Amino acid sequence: MAQERRDDFQERRKHLAGLSEQELHRRFWELAEKIVDPLVELAKRNTSPSIERSVLLRMGLSSLEAKDLVQKIYEKDLLGRGAGHIVWRIAQEKGLGIREAGQALIEGKYWEDVERIFGGGDR
Amino acid sequence: MTLDPKKKINIEKIMDNLANYRPRRKGWTWRKPIGPAQIGPFTYYQVSEPLKNSVPLPAAKYFGNIDPQPECVITTEIASGRFEDDIRRMRMAAWHGADHIMVIRTAGQSHFDGLIEGSPEGVGGVPITRKQIRATRKAIDLIEDEVGRPINFHSYVSGVAGPEVAVLFAEEGVNGAHQDPQYNVLYRNVNMIRSFVDAAVAKHLMAGVNMLQIDGAHNANATAREAWKVMPELLVQHGLNAVFSVKAGMKKENISLSTVPPTSTPAPCMRLDLPYAVAIRELFEEYKFRAQMNTKYMESCTREVTVTHVLNLLISRLTSADIQSTITPDEGRNVPWHYNNIHATNTAKQALIGMDGLMEMVDLKDEGYLRDTAREIKERAVLFLEEILEKGGYFNAVEDSFFVDSGYYPERNGDGISRKIDGGVGEGTVVERAEDYLAPVCDHFGYNNLPEGVEHACDLIGGCTLCNPEKIVYIDELDPEDNAAKRLEKTKDVRGDAGLIKPEVEWAGDGWVNTTLFLPTDERTAEVAALEVAKKMGLKNVEVIHKQMMHPSEGTLLEVKGQVEFTINPEDLVIPEPEEVLDDDEIRANIKEKPMRIVGATVGEDEHSVGMREVIDIKHGGIEKYGIQCTYLGTSVPIEKVVDAAIEVNAEAILISTIITHNDVHRTNMKKLHDLCVEKGIRDKVYLIAGGTQVTNEIAVECGMDAGFGRGTKGHHVASFIVKQRLDKAE
Repeated sequence: MAQERRDDFQERRKHLAGLSEQELHRRFWELAEKIVDPLVELAKRNTSPSIERSVLLRMGLSSLEAKDLVQKIYEKDLLGRGAGHIVWRIAQEKGLGIREAGQALIEGKYWEDVERIFGGGDR
Repeated sequence: MTLDPKKKINIEKIMDNLANYRPRRKGWTWRKPIGPAQIGPFTYYQVSEPLKNSVPLPAAKYFGNIDPQPECVITTEIASGRFEDDIRRMRMAAWHGADHIMVIRTAGQSHFDGLIEGSPEGVGGVPITRKQIRATRKAIDLIEDEVGRPINFHSYVSGVAGPEVAVLFAEEGVNGAHQDPQYNVLYRNVNMIRSFVDAAVAKHLMAGVNMLQIDGAHNANATAREAWKVMPELLVQHGLNAVFSVKAGMKKENISLSTVPPTSTPAPCMRLDLPYAVAIRELFEEYKFRAQMNTKYMESCTREVTVTHVLNLLISRLTSADIQSTITPDEGRNVPWHYNNIHATNTAKQALIGMDGLMEMVDLKDEGYLRDTAREIKERAVLFLEEILEKGGYFNAVEDSFFVDSGYYPERNGDGISRKIDGGVGEGTVVERAEDYLAPVCDHFGYNNLPEGVEHACDLIGGCTLCNPEKIVYIDELDPEDNAAKRLEKTKDVRGDAGLIKPEVEWAGDGWVNTTLFLPTDERTAEVAALEVAKKMGLKNVEVIHKQMMHPSEGTLLEVKGQVEFTINPEDLVIPEPEEVLDDDEIRANIKEKPMRIVGATVGEDEHSVGMREVIDIKHGGIEKYGIQCTYLGTSVPIEKVVDAAIEVNAEAILISTIITHNDVHRTNMKKLHDLCVEKGIRDKVYLIAGGTQVTNEIAVECGMDAGFGRGTKGHHVASFIVKQRLDKAE
């Protein structure tokens, strides 16, 4: 439960009182960076269904196709390898265009190849 | 395809061949400042390049119809739910000076897991789809050519489909977008891990096409119970999103803080808002500012709202604004009506131009209350950041309901919003990228295990959609019923240049009208009575949209909306030819060249002098101002005396004012004047002009006059007529 607290600004600010305006600004930005850095790291190391759909869109799949395929990849616990990665590898192996490969996977084809290349789930 | 100002925009043509439409440019465009610049008789300091086509402010007619454009971008927000109607609104807004068109999404789109396709109707906004964006962008391309200034198209990259929406926007040339993961977390209850992971990818995509980002911090102001106390938190939210955006690859110049003067009258808002405005601009000096208007305290009185917004605009001029946003004055009532987008745009244009160069004359004090308060707000924000770190970081602070607490931090009232790290929409959907994670596309943020030797990620797939737009898959419609073509079909009678005429406020043919009425009774009675009045006027679905006590018992002012079901056929209308009027300078030059005398009088037994004075008197903008020498004989003047005076001063025109008192006496007076002039042999030397509330040109000419002028006549009309006659005669 959220706490209530009276305004103790005068006590809390004592260590800031002597800072120049510039020093205060610098402190603001240093603290903001400290808070944000772990969030940026988190973003670099992770992905999500929407991110993977955004990859498939950029590869030339339709929004409907991207949605279906990411759902399938997510259910097979393979999202962490990259949805685009999987489509690209299958396209290469089977000599298909990227969108064609994506559509084939949506139709249920080549999943045994996916399993062979990428193994089981990674979660 | 180009637009003709005399013709309506052809929506069907816009929707034609959208599959092959490509945006003509990407990224944000600022206005080009030209100050100091001479525009009409004045020098302006904070102005930008003029428009090719525009509608100036109403009073511009006194200043040679100048339409100076402020130096900052002006936003209008559009949200009717039907993009095909929004396009017309955008065109009107652009003509009044808006060059940032912000399209609000339909309710619920932020929780839609994926992209929406087609053109379904929205609620409180439009479903943002590829088709809607293409059609709108294509229309805006035409509109910007028509007005002669680039227009920025803007919507929202948030919710659980942020990265996909960012791809869509990057592909389709959307120029700006809201993006702030904190907004998702606090107000849309999107899981916070998902929100930040998605946001980094979305921001990186936006950065790739130089899209301008607007953040979402101002919502804390709109949400908190005591909005003026969240100022330290606002700085914190702006700061966190700004740093996160830069680290995701955005340039600071493409990051615009959405800042709102936190409070409103009857609070002493300048005293509260100005120190905050100073603090935020000092702290974020490397960033841009989108000055938003206060929405927290909007009631249904459009006058009150407009004053609030003008006070907000004063803050913009006392500090700075790169983008001046506008809020329609009726937003406190319902879905904004289109003409109120125009009013809001004009409020910004008018106030900014009115305060042009203000800071050349005024300084903000660098000591005392303003400086001390700005400093205090910044210190409180720094303390806020310190405590977030003490709590173990951002996520913990959100769990602990640090945000949107109505206390003046470090005061806390325990009413903040709390979200769980393992809760919210999309919880548990974030997956760690494996060591071999690969995304063979451009503008992808984060770890990407590209094969050795591959520099350009999409080389692996022969180009991604950002490099090769031919690869974009365009879906036209998914729903055979809920789409724009069906809606256009249903409303085709009231569209197009020859369409039937029906009142509207947001959609073609919606039939809404607004009636203003004063009822001499108390508020509660007035509200019920007003509905009855509106029903008796024939309006359907009536609703009181504004009521305001004038006095507890003496009366109440109300505005009632209702719908009409009829249409007007323009072919049935008898529209008189417009009278062409000479402009002031032409008239003045003509009089200077050849001076003119006239005599004027109110004739018959009539003591009214107001109408004639309006037409003659220089104080009322009458014909004296052109240098015409006027002999005014007074009221109740006999016709004989008027004619004698005209002969005596050698007048070129006689102006009489006459009203009906009994038996068509106005006709009698006019005929008598004509006959007497003929009798005295001056009829061909003098123009006879009659005026009065019941006089029309038709009646006057019938009675032997050269012209008649009715209600609403100004000196300009009369002077123009006489000078034209003189010019025609000379030829």
